Amino acid sequence: MNQFTISGSPHVHGDESVKKIMYTVIIALIPALLVSIYFFGWDAIRITLVSVAACVLCEWLIQKFLIKGDCTICDGSAALTGILLAFNVPANLPSWMLVIGAFVAIGVAKMSFGGLGKNPFNPALVGRVFMLISFPEAMTTWPKAHAIFAEKTVTDAITGPTTLGVMKEGLGAGKTTEEIMNQLAENYTYIDSLFGNRGGSLGEMCVIAIIIGAIFLIWRKVIDWQTPVTITATVFCFAGLFYLIDPMHYAHPLFHILNGGLLFGAVFMATDMVTSPMTIPGKIVFALGIGLLTIIIRLWGAYPEGMSFAILIMNAFVPLINKGFKPKRFGVIK
Amino acid sequence: MNPIKTFNKGGVHPEENKLSKDSPIVVFPIPEHVIIPMGQCLGAPAEPIVQKGNKVKAGQLIGTAKGFISANVHSSVSGTVNKIDLVMDHTGYRKQAVFIDVEGDEWVDGVDNSDTLVKEIKLTREEIIARVKDFGIVGMGGATFPTNVKLSIPPDKKAEYVIINAAECEPYLTCDNRLLLEKTKEFLVGVKVVMKAVDAPKGIIGIERNKMSAANLLDKTIKEDPYFAGIEVQPLVTKYPQGGEKQIIKAVTGREVPSGKLPIETGCVVINVASTYAIYEAVQKNKPLVSRIVTVTGKSVKKPSNFLTRIGTSADLLIEAAGGLPEDTANIINGGPMMGKSVSQTDFPVIKGTSGILLMSVAEAQPRKVSNCIRCGKCVQACPMGLEPYYLNKASKLNMFDETESHHIMDCIECGSCEFTCPANIPLLDYIRFGKAKTGAIIRARK
Repeated sequence: MNQFTISGSPHVHGDESVKKIMYTVIIALIPALLVSIYFFGWDAIRITLVSVAACVLCEWLIQKFLIKGDCTICDGSAALTGILLAFNVPANLPSWMLVIGAFVAIGVAKMSFGGLGKNPFNPALVGRVFMLISFPEAMTTWPKAHAIFAEKTVTDAITGPTTLGVMKEGLGAGKTTEEIMNQLAENYTYIDSLFGNRGGSLGEMCVIAIIIGAIFLIWRKVIDWQTPVTITATVFCFAGLFYLIDPMHYAHPLFHILNGGLLFGAVFMATDMVTSPMTIPGKIVFALGIGLLTIIIRLWGAYPEGMSFAILIMNAFVPLINKGFKPKRFGVIK
Repeated sequence: MNPIKTFNKGGVHPEENKLSKDSPIVVFPIPEHVIIPMGQCLGAPAEPIVQKGNKVKAGQLIGTAKGFISANVHSSVSGTVNKIDLVMDHTGYRKQAVFIDVEGDEWVDGVDNSDTLVKEIKLTREEIIARVKDFGIVGMGGATFPTNVKLSIPPDKKAEYVIINAAECEPYLTCDNRLLLEKTKEFLVGVKVVMKAVDAPKGIIGIERNKMSAANLLDKTIKEDPYFAGIEVQPLVTKYPQGGEKQIIKAVTGREVPSGKLPIETGCVVINVASTYAIYEAVQKNKPLVSRIVTVTGKSVKKPSNFLTRIGTSADLLIEAAGGLPEDTANIINGGPMMGKSVSQTDFPVIKGTSGILLMSVAEAQPRKVSNCIRCGKCVQACPMGLEPYYLNKASKLNMFDETESHHIMDCIECGSCEFTCPANIPLLDYIRFGKAKTGAIIRARK
């Protein structure tokens, strides 16, 4: 008589897997990667490869020699962190700095908590913020975007602060927004944000590429639409409120949305499953917090860009948000 | 027909795999021996009232219900009692059963085995309920809850709707679908009997839209005959667990059964298709519950079939008739793939709750590698009861039963949607089931 395997129900499983989720996000990042290669050429490839290699190597080493567990690099999460980290730095960042950032991201922010799923903070952002504090100059001097087909190479290209940096500096020097916008208008319009022809980190340049990725992820049900939409709407409303009060000293809300890492963060960083709340109402509160903090930091903080800090701060609130925003139970009628 | 409806919270959509939906019901020959377990219902097992060497007839009472939640058991064949012994049933435990050697096919007096449709309901409400109890009818969708208990409406409550659960949301299973197609009028008279038993003015048949041929046939039959007035067909979205008792009430009426309460709180009585047919046979044809339709199916099964089988027939005979046990079989399930129980051997007896025998291939049943929870929240979104499976899993694992209780583990209907959807392949329901059993014991001890 045959003996068969005994297992608890359910006996069938859906086709979701961690690996599939990670690779879906990686696929969603391809448009942004192509745009950055177009504008920064070899440097974009160098940054991405170094970052991915450093992240994967770091996870492999820790898993093998410290945790002594099964190899986990195949699930794609380390590679994904590597790409996200690369997309958050300027294209001319020296490779050795990036390697340090990658080791902080994977070693400190992820593996020291127990690996994938256990980390309270987004590893790529921890790595980025670590580099921003350690190497402030290298991390805030962006090469101006220009096509690889252009005559000049990246090293020749002018480096400078981002549009947000110009705005912050200008306002600090007592200029009005109108004057700053006129000054920027020489080589920047909102259309440049759409196509990525501006200064900035690798991945955040081209709004269209980010939106393509977002639509793909929402369609594949890897992310919900509420988080990115709430962040963007909050930023628009909150920045818009100050713009209405005093348009001379506060930038137009569209300026805030189209510049800096806001959209990239809203689509790819704030939607990280591990470090965001479980329920949709919880995610909306989380997104609201990110939007508000980003604008507070951008308007009154020391940094021109507030997205990384805003997400990391809200990451810390996730356990509390999960406690406060439970799913609505069946059969509880008020 | 009414516009399509569904329950609104959670749920998943597994591959339907209704391989046997076009296989007509085949009357399975009476085997040489049957093994009839005494415990065929939720609650206490019946007490055998026959002894070794006794002659029994088909339909004869051989086990009497013990206690309120328990059901009578009848002999499904005529012959001699060989022994009363323990047998390993589909649960994997050894349980008391009556072994009968078959001789001929002689029935007890008064059973109407003809095909004549009997429409006129002569019995009163009380008589119907007494008959359902005497003839051992239980929920035949798999839960095997004694049906007479469901039909006995508390004096302070009023039944408005009889909901017939024809969702058959479990993948693979087709026994209810075939019954609706081939015994349409008998089934509809059964609905009328239930409506009379609970004094409900309305009967609604909730059926998933992957069975539209059955739904259309029912609708047509109801409209052609004014006798069936008061019965409606309600098509439902094909989504698991549409046939969960609470979910089908929500889908059909929009009402939610309050947490910890019974469906009658919403004025609904939910009865399974096969049970409805059994009620028809018991009340109108005077025939106890001694047979049922069993789907034998699986991706590698040669002839996926629906057999009308006597209770107590060994499952391996049915598997043989469906083309034999496929070589790549890894898992044998009593019931459907979402809520059925896996069994270790093929020789378990068919009981009242055996809706299907599913042979899963190695490819399908392969255990998947479990990884860390990535906190994606898919289980929370899939839970039809609005619980947090990831948290209940963790708390159960850590024996934190005060936490499982305060997070309403007792509301869990064990549908398995969370585990089905989990990308990390965590056996969520295994731990939640364990936590639920422990928490339930703690709550009961407190009273």
